[in-house]
Amino acid sequence: MNGLKKFGSKIRIPALSISVALLVGAIFIIFTDIEVLGGLLSDPIGALSLGIGRAAASYSALFRGAFGDPENIGKALASNGDIKLWARALRPIVESVVASVPLIFVGLGVSVAFRTGIFNIGGAGQYTMGAVGGTLAALLFGAGVTPAPIAILLVMIFGVIGGAAWAFIPGYLKARVGASEVITTIMLNFIAGQFVFFLVSNFEFIQKPPRIQPVSKELSQFVDLPGILPISALRMDISIIIALLTAVAVSWFLFRSTRGFELRAAGLNLAAAKYAGIGAGTSIITAMLISGAISGLGGALVAVGTIKQLSPGIAGSVGFTAIAIALVGGTRPSGVVATALVFGLLQHGGSLMQVETSIPIEMLLFIQALVIAFIAAPELTLGILKNPFRRRPRSVAK
Amino acid sequence: MRLELQKITKQFPGVLANDRISISVDKGQVLGLLGENGAGKTTLMNILSGLYRPDSGKILIDGKERIFRDPAQAIDAGIGMVHQHFMLVPVFDVTESVVLGNEPTKGPLGSFDRATARAQVVELSKKHGLHVDPDAKIESLPVGVRQRVEILKALYRKSDILVLDEPSAVLTPQETEELFEIIRGLARGGTSVIFITHKLNEVIAVADKITVLRRGAVAGETTPKKATAAKLAEMMVGREVQLTVSRSKSKVAEPILQVKGLNVLNDAGGLAVNNATFEVRSGEILAVAGVQGNGQTELVEALTGLRLVDSGTVVLEKKPLHAGSPREIAMAGVAHIPEDRNRDGMVKGMTIAENYILNTYHLPQYSKSGLLNRKAIAAATEQAVKDFDIRTPSISTDIASLSGGNQQKVIVAREFSRNVRLVIAAQPTRGLDVGSIEYIHRRIVEQRDAGAAVLIVSTELDEVLALGDRVAVMYEGRIVGILDAKEATRERVGLLMGGITK
Repeated sequence: MNGLKKFGSKIRIPALSISVALLVGAIFIIFTDIEVLGGLLSDPIGALSLGIGRAAASYSALFRGAFGDPENIGKALASNGDIKLWARALRPIVESVVASVPLIFVGLGVSVAFRTGIFNIGGAGQYTMGAVGGTLAALLFGAGVTPAPIAILLVMIFGVIGGAAWAFIPGYLKARVGASEVITTIMLNFIAGQFVFFLVSNFEFIQKPPRIQPVSKELSQFVDLPGILPISALRMDISIIIALLTAVAVSWFLFRSTRGFELRAAGLNLAAAKYAGIGAGTSIITAMLISGAISGLGGALVAVGTIKQLSPGIAGSVGFTAIAIALVGGTRPSGVVATALVFGLLQHGGSLMQVETSIPIEMLLFIQALVIAFIAAPELTLGILKNPFRRRPRSVAK
Repeated sequence: MRLELQKITKQFPGVLANDRISISVDKGQVLGLLGENGAGKTTLMNILSGLYRPDSGKILIDGKERIFRDPAQAIDAGIGMVHQHFMLVPVFDVTESVVLGNEPTKGPLGSFDRATARAQVVELSKKHGLHVDPDAKIESLPVGVRQRVEILKALYRKSDILVLDEPSAVLTPQETEELFEIIRGLARGGTSVIFITHKLNEVIAVADKITVLRRGAVAGETTPKKATAAKLAEMMVGREVQLTVSRSKSKVAEPILQVKGLNVLNDAGGLAVNNATFEVRSGEILAVAGVQGNGQTELVEALTGLRLVDSGTVVLEKKPLHAGSPREIAMAGVAHIPEDRNRDGMVKGMTIAENYILNTYHLPQYSKSGLLNRKAIAAATEQAVKDFDIRTPSISTDIASLSGGNQQKVIVAREFSRNVRLVIAAQPTRGLDVGSIEYIHRRIVEQRDAGAAVLIVSTELDEVLALGDRVAVMYEGRIVGILDAKEATRERVGLLMGGITK
């Protein structure tokens, strides 16, 4: 009971923030609709009801795209175990979770660096290099060269090595010569993308025949990650389980291990860490190696398991979204997982919203940004929900 | 002018900073406003100077209610503030600094009329007996004189009410005495003065009337004639306080720390510690006095491994330590209570338990095969909380939410949890309440009695004189004298602090 209460108070603010963000988003959906605006003067009530109807339709699509259509779920329940109907009912929620997997990995990765006081913007690059490692491992050891479990293990190990190696560069530069990790990691993001382009367009071993497009061979021919659902049409594989296990491991590392203690101390107060005899350079390099390893592991699993192909743009917007997720989740593994799931839902729900309504993709990104802004600023949410006419004290205690 | 604050209340999130505080000061009167850190003095003065608006209560000047919406209105009303940290431009000269913001001008273009300004400054300083060279550059002036410039600045803006916030913090005893003369002179000339301090002897020396604040409310009013230091301390803390440290004679034995020809550079590359040579023996307290910024910080940092030693040797019981890392030095038996506890001494955002093991977490009793032994850590911290009377809801409370005194107790408990041969305590009681000061002093003396060597660095002369078996004085990076407790009078130490070695 007490635990439930605690959980409730923990999710109260985020839940309110998401609601307020959707509300504000609805206002924008209504007042950016050209038909609504056109009719606003001649027939304000008609125009507004049209707008509200459209906003409701958009959110209905968003919801059905994220969690599933209640109608389909009803059919599946009534069907007495029809696999096809069940697959259709569950696909949206499964796809939302699948969309959150890369976000969980990279969110966890950058969180470790943030906890150490290093602003690692290089999640995208480390994820990409992890994908490179995973792809190479799949091509080298997959398709029967080694038994499937060993091939999968090698995919993961290569991914870890790829991400960690890529993160080692900025970590070493910061520890040795004080180069700003913000700049070096951003630059390495670009380099990672171009490096993939180089790989997939120059090597017959990697490039997909007939070697026209800059993409790798279909990796499912080499290694396939085992699915975890009884319905094979739903593509949820072991990577989500590995992601959750990683979150537990990161939590264990940060809060239970001696090294994690050092990193957290250095991140919160570097001067006190030095006073306590914790070496700043070692902390920086350790944190970056772990950070890169986690992002790299995610890259390898997603490239081989979900996308099944390596391409230069494999990281997409994962790097930057993950930074927001890490910050919104308070760089706490549980917070990161929860926030990543919310973003997965928004992302996949948004795709249906785009298909069903004429609302542009930008509006969805806008709503995502609103969610971040409102969760990051709980005062803002509470301020909107409170009586807006009440004056708040201006000054703050020193 | 007569200033009256009536029932001023100011609420900050979670703290009632001022709770119906009423004070008044008459024309030509000196009001001593006494209170510990966090008693609400600064908030009250920020209200008076127009930085904050009170939630309720009135400010009356000569019986008329005034409302200050910003600092400019407070200045117009005749209230002049002299802050603890001076607001002066180093490359300006005294005349420019005094008139800055209200410069006399001449000609159609309104260019700066330097001659008039200089004449005004000279006249003002003569009238009030504030001796300064109007042409001297600020950066070339000692701190005491800079303070006079700040006072002149306030007087130049026609302040009838002068507020001095902890003015003696940066002064030597002699400079403080001069400041008191100035204050008395100003009061005779009709200026009302509010003198904010936490030092008991100062209010007794200079005030006509004393108001004591405690936890945001007025704890009592008295006059210097009726008050004693002990009485004032009791009002300030709310219970009886022992002001002097009771300690037996030291049983001095073999030297523990030997420092020879130590040179240390500051961040800018200048010589901060210049050829320091001294030793501290088992069972004695060597107190290092000096005005802030005379190399004490760098000396302590060098001794504890936080700053590179440029040249010279530091030996702890025959073991050279001048190239040691902070951890090597700590493990060799050095306890270090750092000068800036917020910066160096603790990690805010971490729990009390985590801060308790901050520099011992790597020892086998707390860490096994890379994992923290949480049971052992909790048990040790619980014990320390008991032993050191640390007031906290639990050991998993964020250290940031404790009071300064309790934070310092966590640090002291941690540092004394190891085998201690040498205690290096820099400003160990800065910003603490009287009760905590008493407690920390007692703990330090206990270490001495147990046979440790103790090096205390403090800018509070009272602390130096109360604790030191011997007193060393630092001035511009040099140790200009080491006196036995018997010879270390306030006057002699004060002169040395000003660099006067005869």
